Amino acid sequence: MSSKYALFLGCTIPVRAVNYEMSVRKVAKALDITLVDLDFECCGLPVKSVNHEAYLMTAAANLAMAEKEGLNVCTLCSACTAVLTEVNKKMKENPAFREHINAKLKDTGLKYNGSVEVKHFARILHENINKIKGQIKKPLNNLKIAPHYGCHYLKPSEIYEFENPEDPKSLDELIEATGAHAVNYTAKNKCCGGAVLGIDENIALTMSKEKLDSVKESGADAITLICPFCSVMYDVNQKKISTTFNVEYNIPVVYYPQLLGLAMGFAPDELGFNMNRVKTDKLLEKLK
Amino acid sequence: MDEAKTIKSPQGSALKDEIIKRTNGDALKCFNCGTCTASCPVMRINSKYNPRRIVRMLILGLDLPDEGVIWMCSTCHTCHERCPQGVNLPEVMNVLKNIAVEKGRIHPSFKKQIELLEKQGRLYEIGDFDNKKRVKAGLPEIHAHNKNIKKIFKSTGVDKLVESLETKNEQ
Repeated sequence: MSSKYALFLGCTIPVRAVNYEMSVRKVAKALDITLVDLDFECCGLPVKSVNHEAYLMTAAANLAMAEKEGLNVCTLCSACTAVLTEVNKKMKENPAFREHINAKLKDTGLKYNGSVEVKHFARILHENINKIKGQIKKPLNNLKIAPHYGCHYLKPSEIYEFENPEDPKSLDELIEATGAHAVNYTAKNKCCGGAVLGIDENIALTMSKEKLDSVKESGADAITLICPFCSVMYDVNQKKISTTFNVEYNIPVVYYPQLLGLAMGFAPDELGFNMNRVKTDKLLEKLK
Repeated sequence: MDEAKTIKSPQGSALKDEIIKRTNGDALKCFNCGTCTASCPVMRINSKYNPRRIVRMLILGLDLPDEGVIWMCSTCHTCHERCPQGVNLPEVMNVLKNIAVEKGRIHPSFKKQIELLEKQGRLYEIGDFDNKKRVKAGLPEIHAHNKNIKKIFKSTGVDKLVESLETKNEQ
C-alpha cells in the first residue's frame, strides 16, 4: 500500500476545523503517511442538488488533479469522501461515461483516466491499526469514548464495499487501539443532521439532540468523530442545542486523530485541543 | 396550494417519465412498502417529509403539493441501505432538486453556495486572518482556487442559471 496521498481538505476543515487538520498532520507524519497539498477546489457536493452534470465534472476535475501527480487521495471530510468515491467508481467502471465527462472537461485541460483511489483518513488509519498499536505511548485506559461514524463514511455502502453501515466496527476498533474503551449507545448509527442545517434548523438541531441525549445516557466521557460537519453539529452547536431544549450536556467532541495523538504522546496544544468548543479540560485531566 | 412551490406536470406523466429516465428506472422499482419512511430521521421530526409518499405520488404522475419537501432530505442514506428494492432515495430527491432548479426554483441556501463556489472555488473564504491562524497552528497557507469550477459552471450553464434565479427565487 502506498503511504503517500494527496490531501483533500475540502471547504470546511482549513477554516472551521483547524484542530482536526493539525492532529491529522501530526499523526500522519508519525506514522510515515505522507500527505501532499494540491490546489484542489470544492469536491462538488453542493453542485449535486443543482446540476448533476456539473457535479460530476467538478468531482472528476479534482480526481484528475491527483492523477496528474500520480497520487491517491486521502479525504478528511466524510461528505467529500462520498462524492469523490461515487464519481470515481462511475468513472472507473463505465468507459463511455468517462469519455463523456472528459470531453466536457476539455476547457479545464484536465482528463481523468480512472487510476486514483480515494480513502478517508480513518480508513487509512484502520488499515494501519497494528502499526498504531505499536506506537501507543500513553494508553488512554481511563477514557470511555462514544464513536460517531457519521453517514457518508459508511453510506451508501454500495460505493465503499467497506463495512456494514448497520453494524460498523472500524472506529470502535480504532478507539480501542488507543487503550480507551469504545462505548456502545442507542443512537450510535444516527445522522447528525448537518445536511439540513441550512434548510430547517429545527430538524437539524433535534437530530443532533437525539444523539447527545443518547451519549449522555451512556456515560461516555466524550464523542469521537471523523467529519467536520458532524463536529459543527455536536461541538459548535452543542451550546445552542442545550439552550434550545434546556438540557445540560458538556460532552467534549474530539476528532479521532486528536484522541490518537494523545495516545501517541503529543501534547494537547499540538493537537489543537484549545480550539474544541466544548471544554476538554476534564477529559484531559482524567489522563493525568 | 402555493403555485410557486409546486412542481407541475402539465403533460400528465411528463415529470414521472423524466424522473424514471434520470434515475435509470430506479424510482419505478418502488413497491411502496414504507421502509424508507420508517427509517427516516427527518420524518420522525417533521412528517411533511415522507419519502414513501413522495415517490408514490411521482410514480402515479401526481404533482407534489409542496415542492419544499424535496430539500429536507438529510442524505443519510439509511432509507437507501434498507430499501428492499435498492432504490436510492436521496438520488431521487436530487433529481427532483435538479428539475426544480431548471424550472427556476432553488432553495436560497443552495443558491448562496453556488455563488460562493463560482467566486472562490470553495464554500468558506480563506482570508489573511485565516492564514495567519493557520501558520500560527503550524499549517500551510491555503489560497482559494476557482479556475476549474468557473469553467465548469460556464460550460454547463450553471453560472447563467444561478444568475437568472436571482429574480425567480420564490422560496
